[in-house]
Amino acid sequence: MAAKVITITSGKGGVGKTTATANIGAALAKSGHTVACIDADIGLRNLDVVMGLENRIVYDLVDAVEGRCRLKQAMIKDKHIPGLYLIPSAQTRDKNAVSPTDMIRLCDELRSEMDYILIDSPAGIERGFRNALAPADEVIVVTNPEVSAVRDADRIIGIIEAEEKGPAKLLINRLNPEMVRHKNMISADDVVDLLAIQLIGIIPEDKNVIISTNTGVPVATDGKSLAGEAYRNVSLRLQGNTVPFMDLSKGSGLFGLISNVFGTGE
Amino acid sequence: MIRAGDRGMGTKNIEIKGIRDGILVEISSGDWKKREKELLDHIKNNRQFFKGGRLALDVGSHKLKTDRLASLRNALSDENITLWAVKSSSLVTERTAQNLGLSIRIQQSTAEQQGEFPSSTIEGEEAVFVQRTLRSGHKIKHAGHVIILGDVNPGAEIVAGGNIIVWGRLRGTVHAGAKGNQEAVVCALQLSPTQLRIADKISISPAEDRKMEPEIAQLKDGQVIARNWDSRSG
Repeated sequence: MAAKVITITSGKGGVGKTTATANIGAALAKSGHTVACIDADIGLRNLDVVMGLENRIVYDLVDAVEGRCRLKQAMIKDKHIPGLYLIPSAQTRDKNAVSPTDMIRLCDELRSEMDYILIDSPAGIERGFRNALAPADEVIVVTNPEVSAVRDADRIIGIIEAEEKGPAKLLINRLNPEMVRHKNMISADDVVDLLAIQLIGIIPEDKNVIISTNTGVPVATDGKSLAGEAYRNVSLRLQGNTVPFMDLSKGSGLFGLISNVFGTGE
Repeated sequence: MIRAGDRGMGTKNIEIKGIRDGILVEISSGDWKKREKELLDHIKNNRQFFKGGRLALDVGSHKLKTDRLASLRNALSDENITLWAVKSSSLVTERTAQNLGLSIRIQQSTAEQQGEFPSSTIEGEEAVFVQRTLRSGHKIKHAGHVIILGDVNPGAEIVAGGNIIVWGRLRGTVHAGAKGNQEAVVCALQLSPTQLRIADKISISPAEDRKMEPEIAQLKDGQVIARNWDSRSG
């Protein structure tokens, strides 16, 4: 089966592209697919850290592109989830070490062996982003419910449309329903209203995400966390299933407890 | 193909000039695929000269769609050359270039700066029609009227010599009557621009949630006034 290449991008930095890549990758692999996650943020690698695989890196993306190793040698197997692989980026090089054509060639080489190839794009709209976009069959734009992040998402969606890679899908990350209720945060509806593309998921703000980033175990593998459930839903939607969006608006139940923790956090 | 005496810079069909913003390459008419190959071959033969450069293209009347222009840009990018502008007499190519975030104006000399707007048959009377949403970073500049079928999002910008009509939500920045026409108007199904200018007057929207109701903005006694659309007074 030929893999689907999904690029995860945002425009603005720090909105959670890497966390989203690791979690969607983990959730897809958990449902039995083979998944390769490629860190295309050359020079500022961190997908390996989020996936807890930093100490296993021998070769990286640039080594594979420049022929210092075979692509297989640069692929790191996940510790816990079978079928999940990471191709780490180089720490010591810059984005010019790889070209869009290199990325297309690399993904084509992987296509026959994988079900999904996820590419973690660097922030910005320049060379590194274009490298990540070039091989994409599908694009997910990650944004936070903040004016600046939404503005950059809008810009990047325009570029994706112009490159004829669209329409992109939208992932809203770190939504705090408590703050939305008090009109201190833009609602998911307002974000979707402005960006006018299909919503693939809403990830609630959840301290488990920070903990999981530090421990290197994606939150999607944690049965109890709300963000984990949201990421599993995203992966199901990517596989073509219809999954209703979680009701985050209620102040009671499990989420009530969680949002109380965050109520004064901002 | 190389003319004697020009030390190999350029070919019969490709002319290379130095301009203030880097290198300008003029491509003659004919089969685009051939011209593109000629250009890339030429660059490959003169890597040292082009390496790391900023390149502007004048493609004349070549009609280029997104796939062609994007593939050329990627090929140039592979050679470490940044394509930043594409000048063309074809509207299709201009639109493609704008979609790809490229500039469509190259400042060569002060003489050319005079013609900042594309020329129109009747000054200020021609209109451009754009059927898509303008997202952040998109900019439309036209000597006549501008009509948008879609939204104008925050961060997008329209500058028109004439009127601006938005059949959608206007939330970006617009400037009507940019050459000083005090009679110019701005209409939108929802008028809540980041900034609205008519001629030399600037106004900002009141910070309130706007309903979807058509409004028109125009100058009254030197002030920008917005009111509900009413065909009798329009």
